[in-house]
Amino acid sequence: MSVILTESEAKTLLEKVLKYSKADECEVNLSGEIRGNIRYARNEVSTSGALTNQNLSVQSAFGKKVGVATIDEFDDASLEKVVRRSEELAQLAPENPEYVGLLGPQTYIKSNGYFDSTASVSPDTRAEAVSKSLKLSREQKLVAAGFLEDQKGYSAMMNSKGLFAFYKSTNVNFSLTVRTEDGTGSGYVAKGYSDVNKLDTAAATKIAMQKSLGSKGARALEPGKYTVILEPTAAVVLLENIYYDMDARSADEGRSFFSKPGGKTKLGEKIVDERVTFFSDPMHPELPAASWSGDGLPQEKMMWIEKGVVKNLSYSRYWAKEKGVKPIPSPNNMIMTGGTATLEEMIKSTQRGILVTKLWYIRSVDPQTLLQTGLTRDGTFYIEDGKIKYPIKNFRFNESPIIMLNNLEMLGKTERVVSTESNQNYMVPPMKIREFTFSSLSDAV
Amino acid sequence: MNRRDFIQLSGMGLGAMMGSSIPVLGNIVTADHLLEPAADVAFKKRMADIALNATKSRGATYTDVRIGRYLQQYLFTRENKVQNIVNAESYGVGIRVIANGTWGFSATSDVTPEGIAKCAETAVAIAKANSKIQKEPVILAPQKGVGEVSWKTPIQKNAFEVPVQEKIDLLMKVNSEAMKNGAGFVTSNLFLVNEQKYFASSDGSYIDQEVHRIWPTFTVTAVDKAAGKFKTRDAISSPMGMGYEYLDGLASEKIAAPNGLVGYRNSYDMVEDAIMAAKQAKEKMTAKSVMAGKYDLILDPNHLGLTIHESVGHPTELDRVLGYEANYAGTSFATLDKWKTKAFNYGSKQVNIVADKTQPHTLGTVGYDDEGVPCKEWDLIKDGILVNYQATRDQVNILGENASHGCCYADNWNSVQFQRMPNVSLRPGKEKLSVFDMIKGVEKGIYIIGRGSYSIDQQRYNFQFGGQLFYEIKNGEIVGMLDDVAYQSNTQEFWNSCAQICDKDDYRTFGSFFDGKGQPSQVSAVSHGSSTTRFNGVNVINTGRKI
Repeated sequence: MSVILTESEAKTLLEKVLKYSKADECEVNLSGEIRGNIRYARNEVSTSGALTNQNLSVQSAFGKKVGVATIDEFDDASLEKVVRRSEELAQLAPENPEYVGLLGPQTYIKSNGYFDSTASVSPDTRAEAVSKSLKLSREQKLVAAGFLEDQKGYSAMMNSKGLFAFYKSTNVNFSLTVRTEDGTGSGYVAKGYSDVNKLDTAAATKIAMQKSLGSKGARALEPGKYTVILEPTAAVVLLENIYYDMDARSADEGRSFFSKPGGKTKLGEKIVDERVTFFSDPMHPELPAASWSGDGLPQEKMMWIEKGVVKNLSYSRYWAKEKGVKPIPSPNNMIMTGGTATLEEMIKSTQRGILVTKLWYIRSVDPQTLLQTGLTRDGTFYIEDGKIKYPIKNFRFNESPIIMLNNLEMLGKTERVVSTESNQNYMVPPMKIREFTFSSLSDAV
Repeated sequence: MNRRDFIQLSGMGLGAMMGSSIPVLGNIVTADHLLEPAADVAFKKRMADIALNATKSRGATYTDVRIGRYLQQYLFTRENKVQNIVNAESYGVGIRVIANGTWGFSATSDVTPEGIAKCAETAVAIAKANSKIQKEPVILAPQKGVGEVSWKTPIQKNAFEVPVQEKIDLLMKVNSEAMKNGAGFVTSNLFLVNEQKYFASSDGSYIDQEVHRIWPTFTVTAVDKAAGKFKTRDAISSPMGMGYEYLDGLASEKIAAPNGLVGYRNSYDMVEDAIMAAKQAKEKMTAKSVMAGKYDLILDPNHLGLTIHESVGHPTELDRVLGYEANYAGTSFATLDKWKTKAFNYGSKQVNIVADKTQPHTLGTVGYDDEGVPCKEWDLIKDGILVNYQATRDQVNILGENASHGCCYADNWNSVQFQRMPNVSLRPGKEKLSVFDMIKGVEKGIYIIGRGSYSIDQQRYNFQFGGQLFYEIKNGEIVGMLDDVAYQSNTQEFWNSCAQICDKDDYRTFGSFFDGKGQPSQVSAVSHGSSTTRFNGVNVINTGRKI
């Protein structure tokens, strides 16, 4: 049997598993993926590999006693064994008061994140993509370190109440750091796509090379509050901390940024500039995602923050029941609406500011205000009178993405980016922000 | 087949689709299954020999074989509920070779003569394919075969043999005591790991090892809903290379600290800590917001460990120094030219930092590393001067040495081993000094306990650390609790501001259980020992914001 099953093969296998079940309720999740990667450093390939994962997870429930067991072999004996094991674990488990039972059959919209181009990447095409990058860095006597990883996979679920869901996807992530031989310049690029045909490693390498050469001879500026232009790669690592926090339960419990004095939440409140809109949509052409969530709930287009106002927080099925509201699953993707400005226009309109191309080592400092710390990295530039004047030394910042989105000046066109913190792909625009807080200087290049 | 899954931590909200998670390797099984014995050594030797012969006949000049069974038991609870119990097992073999002067690696869960032979063949084929674009051949430091040997973490009580119910009872007691003492919410977890690793190499080594690790931890949250305010306090336990005996809470292993605080050496009283945590989380709600400025910092070992990890541990990894991690974790300011001067002042004279994989009860301690090198102890910083790095067999030649430091580790049989951090610890002060006496000498300072927010640049110059508890010191006395504290410094400046180190009676270890590195990312566990230490004139910022 192939590792990547078709919808009908997955359905047949899941039906077979459910036939073994003797529990009150049974839910089976099935997935398979093939990943290939190639890593290089010091202008040489350092490691390469392929990884195959396949997994079947069975959740059995007797009343509110729930057990989960998993297996990676799909012969009949193994399938029966994993069902029995999950039942054994359920019998031994204490009652889970938060177990709300299974969902019945659901209707899902059809989203497509699977591209044959990506699925057919081979070790040879992977090596070729990297050799294009290496050729450029070697020619320019720059030092490249990069990583290319592609993935194809599927996931499916079925339960004893008749729910069935299936989704197939592909993804490729490419990241590259180019340093000057003397270590005084460094540039970075990261690209993520569902369709590998959109990946141009040579073009991406040129961006990192340009930033590397351009960042040589950086001067020190005084830390303080500056107008900044954040490229999407820099902005996304701050924004995702807002996304992480948009959960109703922790807000209701009084322990999140989305909590409010008096035991209320910020649902319905304007928290950021009215040009800010975040939504999720499995049908997004640039960032397709599964149209169902892990617990089987359908995923549809959902507004999270619209024109600066908190429109929705996610509600697990348990918490929704407690609160008497409709459950809202955590999203499978996140898109921030952009504006029309180009990066050049943003720079041109800036009298005095800083272009930030990447942020690094982001950590939460205060969950109450979503204050984050981290540093600029791999290309930071001083802007004066509408022009990039010179590269500057890296800064440490302490800033909350909420404060930042209240200080919004301009938004550019939304594009797909890879978070260097979580490795997740998002749609995020470049943005110009006033009074961004840099608190100290770093000598790091 | 390989499986690498992630357990999402509770309360993550939309984080459910995101990155912050705990890796789980292998299949989910019953707790009893984890107690089933591993394959016997004779079988593993036979399988290893099949691999060694297969690769040699295909032209490999070096081979190592790792047959590994990796067991994990993780328990997750909140308040009066068990959220999840994960019992996972991962079993398979990884084969690494040098052919045409180039590394090749392949892994399989098919631990049969046929499966291994096929895997060995693939490993050699990959090495040969990669050798076409390789310019410099691998230089491997010699390692004499050690024959057939074995090693085991010296535990007293195998945590996997303790009934799951007993563990749940402990966590429920922790939670209920925290709630009784003022917590609004509490989550508690227990992480247990057992690695059963068999290593064989073409050098003539057959090494059977069993490694145990344990990490009990919790987070207590105090909430003032009316004010819309919340504060947390995490456990001040340390992950350890120990069995379940770590949870005995022995009085003899407790260290009395100022303000009624307790430090834990090699035995942890989880319930006692939870009670203190609940009270302290409440106290944090009304603590004074710090005035930014220069302070003398008194750093408890349970806090300083992470600062050592980030500002000494990572920058002295030789692969980072050489640029192998440039695209992800970064490079290092501690460059070879600085080391070659033999005069680079990493810290003040009393700073002696040692790397080791031999210290009892620690996470990094094993008999042999994952390329068959017997473990040892060596200096990284001596009397304040940078004197060495952390290296593997294919790196030590760069340092002019002919024996590996034993720093090679893979987090699973299907991951390729690479340079990972050994324990990196600050030696205690030679003169008798308690933390009480240390505080008496401070005019304006802050005493910091516990691991908080942490961030450092990619070359390890500029860092910012928070903590769990902050106490203001005025004229030699603690005058109250502070809030909104973080300190920023530059690594070299910081270690040169090291003024005093308490003696060995105050020495404790801190640990990192899931330290990430590499692409694709692998985790490792490592300890950092120290005694309470004083740093003068460090820049403290106020992290409070109004929204």
